[in-house]
Amino acid sequence: MSPPLSPPSGDQSFPLPSQIDAVPGAEGWEEMYPYFSRFQPEDDQRFWFYNSMHFPEVVPAFDGLTSEVPYTAIGANTARLFSFPTTMGIEYRIVNGRVYITANPVTDPAQIEARLAHFQERAGHYYANWDQLYAGWQTRIEALIAEIEAVEVPRLGELDDLSVVLESRGYASNHLLRENFHRCIDLYSTMWHHHTEFLMLGYGAYVVFFEFCQQAFPEMGDQTVARMVAGMDVTMYRPDDELKKLAALAVELDLADLFVEGSEPDKVLSGLAERGDAGARWLAALEEAKDPWFNVSVGDGFYHHHLSWADDLTVPFAALPRYVEQIRAGEDLTRPTERLAQERERIADEYRALLGSDEEKAAFDQMLGLCRQVFPYIESHKFYCEHWFTTRFFQKVRDFGRLLAERGVLAEADDVFHLRHLEVEEALVDVSLAWASGGAELGARHWQPIVRRRKQILEALAGWSPPPALGPVPESLNDPAVKMLWGVTDETMSWGPVFGKIAAAVSDIGGTMSHAAIVAREYGMPAVVGTGQATAKIRTGDRVRVDGDRGLVTVLRETP
Amino acid sequence: MTTPSVLRFADVGRADVSAVGGKGAGLGELRRAGIRVPDGFVVTTTAFGATVAALDLGARVAALDPGDAAGVNAACAELRETVASAPLPPEVADAVVAGHRELAAACGTDDLPVAVRSSATSEDSAADSFAGLQDTYLWVRGADRVLDAVRRCWASLYSVESVTYRRRRGIPETDLAMAVVVQQMVDARSSGVMFTRSPLTGDRSVVAIDASWGLGSAVVSGDVTPDAFVVSKVTGEIVRRTVATKTRWHRPDPAGDGVLEDDVPDDLRDAPSVSDEEIAELVAVARTVEAHHGCPQDIEWAVSRTASPGEAIVLLQSRPETVWAEKDAAAARVATPTPRAYDHVLNALSGKPRSGA
Repeated sequence: MSPPLSPPSGDQSFPLPSQIDAVPGAEGWEEMYPYFSRFQPEDDQRFWFYNSMHFPEVVPAFDGLTSEVPYTAIGANTARLFSFPTTMGIEYRIVNGRVYITANPVTDPAQIEARLAHFQERAGHYYANWDQLYAGWQTRIEALIAEIEAVEVPRLGELDDLSVVLESRGYASNHLLRENFHRCIDLYSTMWHHHTEFLMLGYGAYVVFFEFCQQAFPEMGDQTVARMVAGMDVTMYRPDDELKKLAALAVELDLADLFVEGSEPDKVLSGLAERGDAGARWLAALEEAKDPWFNVSVGDGFYHHHLSWADDLTVPFAALPRYVEQIRAGEDLTRPTERLAQERERIADEYRALLGSDEEKAAFDQMLGLCRQVFPYIESHKFYCEHWFTTRFFQKVRDFGRLLAERGVLAEADDVFHLRHLEVEEALVDVSLAWASGGAELGARHWQPIVRRRKQILEALAGWSPPPALGPVPESLNDPAVKMLWGVTDETMSWGPVFGKIAAAVSDIGGTMSHAAIVAREYGMPAVVGTGQATAKIRTGDRVRVDGDRGLVTVLRETP
Repeated sequence: MTTPSVLRFADVGRADVSAVGGKGAGLGELRRAGIRVPDGFVVTTTAFGATVAALDLGARVAALDPGDAAGVNAACAELRETVASAPLPPEVADAVVAGHRELAAACGTDDLPVAVRSSATSEDSAADSFAGLQDTYLWVRGADRVLDAVRRCWASLYSVESVTYRRRRGIPETDLAMAVVVQQMVDARSSGVMFTRSPLTGDRSVVAIDASWGLGSAVVSGDVTPDAFVVSKVTGEIVRRTVATKTRWHRPDPAGDGVLEDDVPDDLRDAPSVSDEEIAELVAVARTVEAHHGCPQDIEWAVSRTASPGEAIVLLQSRPETVWAEKDAAAARVATPTPRAYDHVLNALSGKPRSGA
């Protein structure tokens, strides 16, 4: 991960935030996002760049939470918890539905010095006790997931349950509308604080080792550095491993004929239901695998509509026919972890041997060891946070949306994602009052036109091409901590789930230690990462050649 | 015991520089390391002594006024002519002719084309570079022409540059010696040079290969912009690959003798001059040579047009890389250990300038 994501540099000039044109048909988009996310006149003085990695699409109103909450957490981590000497946190703005960010560096030497003393104590504590603290993290995040799974949308019947009275609970169930919805938002915030807890410290270890390798071996590719670091037991591979196991089971149970290219999940499931014991066994195995391993988003957890495998079986079922075919052909699909582990050691040993002095060899081992220590968190937290927790979180919010739809406030459950989270609370109060008073919800008249309008706005904004950056380019931004913060975005897409379906990987942003690069290598497929513009230039249906050796992506035939 | 006038590659190694020169000793050493090298023999410094030293040209060189460019020029031309036309003592001529005949027989032909190249004994690389490194005669046929080429190699010691250099540095003429390598000529489909570390960055984890069509002289002389590959020694991956438009090549003159320099046919110009498999073989050979010598090497190689696959790569020369070796000696350590591993990170993020960063 050199600098995971560097802001553009050089003489490029970018428009000022105040110069961004309104998009016809998108008037009033500002209402979809909180006031503090809007560009201010003085923001013209600062450099911003488009966070296309996390927010490649227009952000729906509810999904504004996925920038608001992460940035409260990551900034607090660097600025207030660990006191990173040279950087505070990230500020973000939304314009025309797109998220722009800037980092706040600390430049006053006295302030840096003052922050440094705290940094050494605080970061030192985490590094010195990493394994123990990480074990604690694992416990906490699993407890947090159990909590979000346990949140219930209250049932508002004609009368509240008798038990509420007999047990003298002391509050009626409409209270839980407020409390439980709030609980979802609170837990989501806690999750993001956990998410960032070890992140910057982990990246710090990477950055130092990558810089060392770049100096000692200037020609060594970033991917080779990553190979020395990468662990074998990576949680993000599990969903795909589970699919392979299911494919193997299908072959074993003589069900392979049901898994053919292009078959709808429903059709496959009903076919299985007619296959007696074997079908039942396979379906039981599917249920077993689903929780938790299908709680994996087809995106990376920043949009409500990037559903998980559990929500929509299309993606996992689309991967199954190929695996079934490979297994029938006698291929071994299990990852050769032992061989990969040996190869990792061999590579590290050879580079170590090439170093000129014993001192450098000792430093190499220290840095590599630290990277390997932080690796499990860096790779695994994505599954727990962006995938498992976030899948559950959006499911719960969708459940509240279903209630709003049932009570006539919204036309359909998913419309809840066109309200800001504070507006959802307001709508829930409407329901709560109507249930309490015996009156009727007034929200249909209020919210449904707003939802309709916002859907039009999203459509209009989708046609806008966001500039990659805004404002004056800073002279230099070479501080590693600041670069890391810009590059918090490096923790990329979760490719594992789609790797069964693809022949090569290309990403706009990402480097070195990026998940895509690691996974591609492990799957033995070509990858070009950090192209900057692939998603803008390649259109669905284009035929492309991906040359991983040379880092070239060529569009061979454009889609008509 | 006096060294004979001619020694076969098989009989020399790195300890024999004073008799067979650096190039000759290097080629013998490569063979000992199990590397495929076209066979050949060396006309030793003994032969030089019997022929050139016997001419006693030292006094004529010492009499030159280095400030008188025109005079030096004319005198050097005369000296070279003297050496090039000097009659060979019969025992030297017989040994060279016999060596050539045996080499041809070993190669299974009586009309063997050979390369004749000077092999300097001096450890002064600057002196080497003046003393006729350019004097390489390729695709030489027939014993008479070989004898001629040997004498012309010796004569290169009397180039203006070489003579001037010796005078400036005060190198006595009595120390003068030169061996000459006579080696089976390889009809190279492709050839080039490679370094067992990056010439650009000094990175020791890569092999940098330059390759082009035909004989290596096109690459060494800069007559062509070669294909360039940078390959990781550790992973075997081709880290960088630049396939150049190769406009010129050197190849054996179809007329039978010497080398023709002309344009590369259109269909070859933009094609890679070595395959990925050959690149992998080159890297393996480079690593073996480097390990044998214990230091980074600068290697000339060729892919034979006629040898069977898997045996087509041969080395024509290997010598220690010098540029980066000197820089290394002067450079600071990239990093040193810290009391605790994580101090590396605390230091890096401290906002203070770091040594080595």
